[in-house]
Amino acid sequence: MNAADKKRLLRNMLFARRFEERCYEAYVERKIGGFLHLYPGQEACVHGVMAAARPGHDYVITGYRDHVHAILCGSDPKEVMAELYGKETGSSKGRGGSMHIFDGPKHFMGGYALVGGPFPLAVGMAKAIKMKGGDEISICFLGDAANNQGTFHESMNMASLWELPVLYVCENNLYGIGTRIDRSTAVVDQYKRVCGYNIPAVQTDGQDVEKVYEAAKVAVEHVRSGKGPYFLELMTYRYRGHSMSDSNAYRAKEEERMWSKRDPIIMLRDRLIEAKSITMKDYKKMDDEVLDQIESEIIKFAEESPEPKLEELEKYVLAENDPYVHGGTH
Amino acid sequence: MAIIMYWEAIRRAHDEEMSRDPLVICMGEDIGVVGGTYKATQGLFDKYGPERVIDTPISENSYTGLGIGASFLGVRPIIEIMSVNFAWLATDQIVNAAAKVRYMSGGQLTAPVVIRSPGGTAHQLGAQHSARMEKVFMGIAGLRVVTPSSPKQAYGLLKSAVRCNDPVFINEHELMYNMKGEVPDGEFFHPLEGSEVTRPGKDITLFGYNISVHWCVQAAEQLAKDYGIDAEVVDLYALNPLDRAGIKKSVAKTHRAVVVEEAEAPVGVGSEVIAIINEECFFDLDAPPVRVSAANVPIPYNHHLEKAAIPNAKRVVEAVRKIFGK
Repeated sequence: MNAADKKRLLRNMLFARRFEERCYEAYVERKIGGFLHLYPGQEACVHGVMAAARPGHDYVITGYRDHVHAILCGSDPKEVMAELYGKETGSSKGRGGSMHIFDGPKHFMGGYALVGGPFPLAVGMAKAIKMKGGDEISICFLGDAANNQGTFHESMNMASLWELPVLYVCENNLYGIGTRIDRSTAVVDQYKRVCGYNIPAVQTDGQDVEKVYEAAKVAVEHVRSGKGPYFLELMTYRYRGHSMSDSNAYRAKEEERMWSKRDPIIMLRDRLIEAKSITMKDYKKMDDEVLDQIESEIIKFAEESPEPKLEELEKYVLAENDPYVHGGTH
Repeated sequence: MAIIMYWEAIRRAHDEEMSRDPLVICMGEDIGVVGGTYKATQGLFDKYGPERVIDTPISENSYTGLGIGASFLGVRPIIEIMSVNFAWLATDQIVNAAAKVRYMSGGQLTAPVVIRSPGGTAHQLGAQHSARMEKVFMGIAGLRVVTPSSPKQAYGLLKSAVRCNDPVFINEHELMYNMKGEVPDGEFFHPLEGSEVTRPGKDITLFGYNISVHWCVQAAEQLAKDYGIDAEVVDLYALNPLDRAGIKKSVAKTHRAVVVEEAEAPVGVGSEVIAIINEECFFDLDAPPVRVSAANVPIPYNHHLEKAAIPNAKRVVEAVRKIFGK
């Protein structure tokens, strides 16, 4: 990564942070409904991995904390915000909501609300890639708590058995909703749980985006070269509660202070300032531009977009005019 | 027109679809080297190889999910779940992923998977191998449910299900795989919606699906012979969506209805069909519609208890006689 790459990465991470903070405000204003799971604190994970992957080409799937993952695949942030507003112009035409952002053309295969649900779907996408002979890989981003679902073990077994091109990225933020990992999970280091499946597994710092990028490069190269699955565990921390309905009262203030000192954006910013790639003034300007873009383009688009039509309530349940529904000879 | 067995009809549909489209695959427990517990995929492993005829580990939820994920990218998996009782494990992927993905993605993604599975009571297999799940799946928006009562339907429904862009659950029956019947020699596609009048009649409609169609036909013959009652038998091969128009048409003609289901009555095919009758043609009725259903118990092991738990043609006849006061 050269200086320009790092500057772009800084801007993108800052954008992701501000985007999510603005979602928080919109939720408080009741512009966004439902459950809202925000990403601040974990930005280095998806940014580092996607910098090593091919966004828009590789297939990405994740859980419900999915806004930034979609944007990193190339989704238009305006459409992501419009989806949160439930508008017809949203990524999923207002039918999905925060937890169900999709962007088929950008190969963002969705956010899913069932913890651990995407594991087998990711392996299935890898099976399809292998059958069709493409050079894409399937990337599954999930949290540590998802690894306590059977689908983690079942799908990993099949991915390894059939040498499928799937990269598991475990964003280990140490909490499954409000339960700390050591109170729910016998083996706290998640990469150790993978050894039973004959899959290479690595743990790395998930707050330092350059370290994530370096680890992800190895991982992506392994998977893309046809050597089968790979597991990357990124140690990270979310600043807010699990969702907006989470009081976040279960974490010690000292623990939160400790992690805030390792903020992924501040760490990269300071490094770039130290290397004289940017000045603090440049950073402030960048921040102002990001905030302005979010307000004047993204929020404006979401606010002004139309609601879905009530007469289209039942659209998208089944395929329209599928000829085989009526049988016959074809 | 050849006379073949139900399992042969299913196997033929697999073979034709796999030979036509390299993206059609089949997967499930023991379906490859072994050829399937009910022979539905016999010989396909040798013909198409392990990449397309996949022996899966015993991980129902995840191999079903794997098929669904592959279908997002255009693969057309035919997933066999050895007994529908094991499909409870796969309900998360079937219901939360396959059935909902088109809707919650605003039409961007589709899950064109076929999930085949036998349900129903066979021979003393006990509570965890004898239950049915069609009542569960038919209530799920976004999931088509069909259930063949004959080899011809088994062939044609599978053919259409593979080609259709929606996820389709096919409910088969362990007692029916060796049933013989005529299947056209040429390729054909059975409708995934609608119903079929198996036996026309004018006095009462007997609604059946899958194995219960056969009980209805036997009952209708006996009713005609012994009681002079001319029963119409309607085969509800599509359970989701149910054929509202077909149900209405028949009841408007006969003015009486019995719904025959192998499953227990609560929240089932019978309650749904009778609700439709109430909504569509209440004033056409000359008698309250009734259900002939299984006892509301986990299916027992003991042979006599098992038989007592499940309906048959005799019970259908009794229900009709009661309606007519004969």
